Amino acid sequence: MQSPHTAAVAERGAVPKVGISLRVNDTERAADVEPRLLLVHFLRDHLGLTGTHVGCDTSQCGACTVLLDGKAVKSCTVLAVQADGCEVLTIEGLAQGSRLHPLQEGFQAEHGLQCGYCTPGMIMAAHQLLQRNPHPGEQAIREAIRGNLCRCTGYQRIIKAIQHAARLRLD
Amino acid sequence: MAQGTQTETGIGAQVPRREDRRLVTGHGNYVDDIRLPDMLHLKILRSPCAHARITRIDVTKARSLPGVVAVFTGRELHPITPPLPVPPATLPEMKVPEHHALAIDKVCAVGEGVAAVVATEAALAADALALIDVEYETLPAVVDPEAAVAPNAPIIHEQIGTNIAYRFQFGDVSESLAEADVVVRQRMENQRLIPNFLEPRGIVAQYDVGDEQLSVWVSTQGPHLVRTQLALMLNMPEHRIRVVAPDVGGGFGGKLNVYAEELLAVVLAKQLGRPVKWIEERSEHMVATSHGRGQVAYVQAAARRDGTLTALHLRIIADLGAYQHVLTPMAALQTATLITGCYLVRKLAVDITGAFTNKTPTDPYRGFGRAEGAYYIERVMDLIARELHMDPVEVRRRNFIPADRFPHTNPFGHTFDSGQYDRALTRALDMLGYEQFRREQARLRQEGRYLGLGLATYVWRAGFPSVPPGMPFLIAGWESASIQLAPTGVATVRTGTSPHGQGLETIFAQVVSDNLGLPLDDIRVVHGDTDAVQYGIGTMGSRSVCNGGSAVLLAAQEVRQKAMRIAAHALQVPPERIVFERGRMFPKGAPERALTLQEVTRIAYHGVDLPDGMSPGMEVTSYFSAPNFTSPFGTHACVVEVDVETGEVKIVRYITVDDCGRAINPLLVEGQVQGGVAQGVGQALLEGALYSEDGQPLHGSFLTYAMPTATELPMLEMDRTETPTPVNPLGAKGVGEAGTVGAPPAVVNAVVDALSPLGVTHIDMPLWPEKVWRAIEAAKRRTP
Repeated sequence: MQSPHTAAVAERGAVPKVGISLRVNDTERAADVEPRLLLVHFLRDHLGLTGTHVGCDTSQCGACTVLLDGKAVKSCTVLAVQADGCEVLTIEGLAQGSRLHPLQEGFQAEHGLQCGYCTPGMIMAAHQLLQRNPHPGEQAIREAIRGNLCRCTGYQRIIKAIQHAARLRLD
Repeated sequence: MAQGTQTETGIGAQVPRREDRRLVTGHGNYVDDIRLPDMLHLKILRSPCAHARITRIDVTKARSLPGVVAVFTGRELHPITPPLPVPPATLPEMKVPEHHALAIDKVCAVGEGVAAVVATEAALAADALALIDVEYETLPAVVDPEAAVAPNAPIIHEQIGTNIAYRFQFGDVSESLAEADVVVRQRMENQRLIPNFLEPRGIVAQYDVGDEQLSVWVSTQGPHLVRTQLALMLNMPEHRIRVVAPDVGGGFGGKLNVYAEELLAVVLAKQLGRPVKWIEERSEHMVATSHGRGQVAYVQAAARRDGTLTALHLRIIADLGAYQHVLTPMAALQTATLITGCYLVRKLAVDITGAFTNKTPTDPYRGFGRAEGAYYIERVMDLIARELHMDPVEVRRRNFIPADRFPHTNPFGHTFDSGQYDRALTRALDMLGYEQFRREQARLRQEGRYLGLGLATYVWRAGFPSVPPGMPFLIAGWESASIQLAPTGVATVRTGTSPHGQGLETIFAQVVSDNLGLPLDDIRVVHGDTDAVQYGIGTMGSRSVCNGGSAVLLAAQEVRQKAMRIAAHALQVPPERIVFERGRMFPKGAPERALTLQEVTRIAYHGVDLPDGMSPGMEVTSYFSAPNFTSPFGTHACVVEVDVETGEVKIVRYITVDDCGRAINPLLVEGQVQGGVAQGVGQALLEGALYSEDGQPLHGSFLTYAMPTATELPMLEMDRTETPTPVNPLGAKGVGEAGTVGAPPAVVNAVVDALSPLGVTHIDMPLWPEKVWRAIEAAKRRTP
C-alpha cells in the first residue's frame, strides 16, 4: 500500500527538515526534524527517551501516551513539529530523583503491571485523570483508561493501582 | 521434604514485584529500545494476495532510493537463507511443506513476505517498500478448513497434492452412541485469535566478523530455543551464538516460533556486516505472527438418563493455515487429550484432520489446545443438562472424577495428578448464591429481562513433562536453575525460563528466600541471556513455576545442605545436629553458637578447612525433570444479561475459584487469572481473526480486531482452593492459562442459559451482538 506521502518522498527525495524547540521533562530541547516525524519517534529516536512505547499503528493502544502541555495525547498521533514550543512530560520525568511518583508507587504496590509495555502510557493517562479528578471512582477510572490497551492484567489491578495513587496524593 | 518459612517474604507471601521499578520508571529495555552503532533497519514487503503466483518483481526503483542499503527478493535470498523450522513428521499422513523466509515464486497467505528492504532508517525502508512493483497471478483461495479438505478443493501446495496436513484417529464409540439413552450432538467453532501482546515482535542481530560471533536480541519466550534453532538452521557453531531476550512485552505463545523476519535479520546482518533491526508493526502482527485456536469441532456425547456420560466422540478439523510451525500440529492433539474434562468418561473416540488453508499459520496461544477442549466439554455438559431437563450443576457433579480417585488416567492415556473439582464448584456456587440467583433469574424473566448463568468446571494441563508424543525434542520437560552465593553472601539465581510479564524475578527470589532465609534485596534473578544462564527451555505452557521453580527449589535446598555441612564442620558437631533457621546455622539447642549464611559462605570461598571432599565456593546448578503434567482446575461462574432487542451481552458478575496447587505469590496468581479471564472474555465476546471468501483478512489492525478495554470487564470475585500436585516438589500446578481455559465456556454457557427460554441452544464465538440477535431471531422462527 503506497500512501501519497510515501509516493511524494519516493519521487522527490528527502523533504527539508524543520527546526523545533520544546521542553521535555523540564529540559530544553531543539532539533531539526523531518516534517513527517511523529512525536513518539522524536522522543524515542532523537532524545533516547525509550520509556514511551509504540504498540500499534492506528492510535488505538495508548502505549505512547505522554502529556503535551498537561494534556494526555497519543504521541503517535502528534507530529514532532506540532509539539514545537510545547511542554512534554514522559514517564521518565515523573519520579523525583529516586522518589517514585504516587502512580508509579501505586502500580508497583498493587501489581498494576505484568509485562510492563503498556504501563508508561497507562500511567500518563492516569496522571491526567488524577489531575482532573483527584478521587475517581471505579467507573471513572475505567472510562479514563479505555483508550489504553493492556493485554496482561485484565485492568482490575490497574484500577486498584490508580486508586492507591489517589490515596497517596491526598495524604 | 525440608522446606521453607525461613522469612516473611517466602513461599505464599504477597510481596510486590522486584521487576516493577525499572518498568514503571520507563527504564525497561525492550528490543526496540536497543540501538547499535551503524544499525540498519529491515522492512518486509508482504503479499496482498491469499494465493497467487509471483510473475514479476521489479525492485530497481527501491534500490535506487537514497538510504536504501539492500533490497532482496525471495529468489535472490534463497541461496543464502535456509528454510524455516518445521515440526517432526510424527503423525499419520503428515505433510510438512517447505517454508521459506520469503516466498520464492508463489504466496500462500496474505502477509507472506515477498521482498526485504534494508535501509539506514526505518522510515526510508518503508518508503522503499512502496517502490517495489510485484505482479501476481491470483489463484483460487482456500479459506474454510472444511472446504479445504473436501474433494476438488484447490490445492495449496502442489508438490504435496492435498490440503490434508495430517490425520489422527483414536478409539471407537459407535456402539456406545447407538445404545445410549440420549446423544447430544453439536458443531462448535473455536475461532482464530491473534495474540496481540502489546509489545510487537522484534529483533536486533549483529555479526562480529572478527570474533565470528552472532549476537541476537529478540523478543522471545525461549532464548535457548532460538539459539539452538539458529545453529541448526544456519549450520553455525552454537557456542558462537548469543541470544538475549531482554524485557519482553508479553508472548502468550506467539513468541515461541522462530519466524521468517528473525531469520532474515540474522542472515542480512551477516551478509551486510552491519547490525540489522526489525520491529513488527501492529498491522503486520495481524498477519505475520501466528494465530491461535482455529478449529471446527463436531462433538457427540452419549449419556444415561440420569446424566451419566458414557461416551464422547470428537471430530476436529484444524485450520492450520498455509504452513506448519514447529508446534502447529500439537494443538488439536492437546484438545483431544483433554476433551474428557474433569469427568469420568468411559469411552472416547477422536478423529482429527489438519487442514492447510490460505491463511496465517496457527501455533500456540494462551490455553493452546486445552482451552478448546475445555470449551467443547463444558458446552456439552450444558447441552446434556438441557436435553435431560437437569440442573447443569447436578450433571457436572454426577460425572466429576472424585477427589479420592487420583491419579486418574482418561481413555486417551492422560493422567490427572490431583483434583477436588466439587470443592471448587461448591465454593463458586456459595459465592454466587446459586439458589437465590435462580429465583432472581426466574423473576426477571417475567419482566422480560434475560439473565443467564454459565459454569465452567474446567481442568487443563501444565508443566509439560519430557517429550509427550509428537513434541519436538527441544521443548523438553526439564528446567534448570543455578544459585551462586557471592563471597559477601548475596545470591544470584540463574533460571533457564524466560519470563515476559509473569514476575519470575520475584517468584524465584521468594523460593530462595524461603529456603535460605535471605531478604529479597539480597537475591537477584538473572534470565534470558544465553551467555549468562545455563541451558534452559523457556516460558510456555504454564511450566515456569512448576518446572523452573522446582529447579530453583532443588538448587536452594542443595546450597542449604552445603552450608549446613560447612557449619557443622566449623562448629565441630555432626551435620545432622545442625539447625538452619532464618539464615543462621547452629547446633540444636545452642543458638548462641550460630554462624550466619554469610559467614559460612566466606568459609566456602576461603576454601580451606572444608569437610572432606567438598569443593570450595558456593554455587549449585540443579535440574528438575517433570515426571508428568500437572492438572490445574477450578470453577468459573459468569452471570450475563442479554438485551434481546440488540443482542448485546453484558457481564454482570464473574466469579473465579481457581486451584493452581501451591501459590508462591497469591498477588501474582490473582493477576494471572484476571489477565487470562480478560483474554478468555475477549474470545467469547469480541475477538476473531476473520477472512473474506477470497482470503483477505478482515482484522487488519486494532481498528477491526476488538480486544477487551477497561470498560468491558467487571471486577472479578475471586477465591482459590489449594490442592498441591505430587508431580513436583513445589506442589505448584501453574496458573498462566487458567483464565483463557475457564472464561470462554463460562461466558457462552451464560449467554445460552439467558436465551434458553427463547429456544437458543448454541451460538458460536465471538458472541457479537449481531450474531446473538440473529440466533434469537432464528430460534423465534423455529418455535413461534
